[in-house]
Amino acid sequence: MKKVEAAMAGTVWKVLVEVGDEVTAGQTVIILESMKMEIPVEVMMDGKVASISTAEGEFVNDGDVLLELE
Amino acid sequence: MQKILIANRGEIAERIIRTCQRLGVETVAIYSDADKDLPYVQQATVARHVGEAPPQKSYLNVERILEIAKEEDVDGVHPGYGFLSENGEFAQALHDAGLTFIGPSVDVIKLMGDKLSSRRAMIKAGVPVVPGSEQPVESLEEALVLAEKIGFPVMLKASGGGGGIGMHRCENKEDIENTFEQTKKRAKAYFKNEDMFIEKYVGNAKHIEVQIFGDAHGNVVHMFERNCSVQRRNQKVIEEAQSPAMSEETRKKICEAAVLAAKEVDYKNAGTVEFIMDEEENFYFLEMNTRLQVEHPITECITGLDLVEWQLQVAAGEKLPLQQEEITSTGHAIEFRLYAEDPVKFFPSPGLITKWHLPSEEGVRVDSGYGLDLKVTPFYDPMIAKIIVSGDTREATIERAKEYLTAASVEGIKTNLPFLIRAIETNEFVSGQYHTGFIQSMNPITT
Repeated sequence: MKKVEAAMAGTVWKVLVEVGDEVTAGQTVIILESMKMEIPVEVMMDGKVASISTAEGEFVNDGDVLLELE
Repeated sequence: MQKILIANRGEIAERIIRTCQRLGVETVAIYSDADKDLPYVQQATVARHVGEAPPQKSYLNVERILEIAKEEDVDGVHPGYGFLSENGEFAQALHDAGLTFIGPSVDVIKLMGDKLSSRRAMIKAGVPVVPGSEQPVESLEEALVLAEKIGFPVMLKASGGGGGIGMHRCENKEDIENTFEQTKKRAKAYFKNEDMFIEKYVGNAKHIEVQIFGDAHGNVVHMFERNCSVQRRNQKVIEEAQSPAMSEETRKKICEAAVLAAKEVDYKNAGTVEFIMDEEENFYFLEMNTRLQVEHPITECITGLDLVEWQLQVAAGEKLPLQQEEITSTGHAIEFRLYAEDPVKFFPSPGLITKWHLPSEEGVRVDSGYGLDLKVTPFYDPMIAKIIVSGDTREATIERAKEYLTAASVEGIKTNLPFLIRAIETNEFVSGQYHTGFIQSMNPITT
């Protein structure tokens, strides 16, 4: 399992993947919104989305787990 | 006006309170959970809690703001900039409740809020617009024909877009073919409006805007132009008044065009007409901001006027305090926006401010909403202060700015202070020949 964490506090604006989706390194999976700016969250490796632990509109803190890859 | 509510926060709330205090007008501030410790809350005559931190639950909550305005029995509401300042429904709701919106009419806000309808109004007024489509582009085929006619490169834009979102630069036919459907889909998802249009791409452009003011008696004046070409992510970072590297003839023409634009729509209160200007000093209407602008202090510095005072007078139905020939410009002014952000990548940097050294000095005005031991939260705009430097000449202003910015310091969060210092030391900035691609062309800061 590989955790994908939020690099900064903000609101989850868009979740672009679903559980079971295959993703490739560098792909944007979630877009956070902080201080009126969109911050794309990219995965660092290829994998499959095992779980998503946030939802659009939710507030996350720096270091919170957003999703896990298998 | 005896008492007004300020439907905003931070820096601009403080700015409005300052003028109100001088004029003996009472102020009602509203604050969210995240802002309860900010200075403006203390400075207002009355402060009312408006809701939770996210803007939708506080500063964008029209119903709640109306409720407070009625309970406090205010005469008017000042929207500041951002949030509800260009929201026609908000202005309408205030009007229906018998309250004065300190800004233009509902119709004008709506007309100028849509890129296509504002374009059509400007064409009618005889104000130059960027060559492009006047109706929404329905299909890919239509887009290709139009682009060919206008000439590449072109910008493919969402009608409901703004702030740099929902636009795409296309170099050739293939670019349009590849991006048309995607841009349209994004426009629908982001702005709930899939209307698209095509404009000529203006390269090496300068962003020049003109401050205008109108009253309910048909008078319109301009207060000269500002150059706002130093931008990152299509957001302004450094602005100056008047614009460097521009002929007097063009200056006169662009200010006259702005007055023409305002008269066409019967504009009341403070507004800004934004233009894009190419290397040959051809200028084209971009959009109109129907509110007080972030960078209004540089106009105040060169004219000696208080724009918030004018706003209150005009909203009360009075005539403009001065006529065009009585408005003069002296010296030079530059505004630096201090952002809580990484100076290299420009990513936001919320956190606790542990050091704050931004003193007011001769020739330096600091409009800020924060201070020592206060927290910058991730909920709102990253701008924490505006440093407005003025001087007799542009050279003297840049020198003064360099000294000030080098001595200034904010710690605990990252700020763009190193970037600002670097920017004004470049040849482009010193010569005044910079354009909107300036930041991208700068060497990255490596620390």
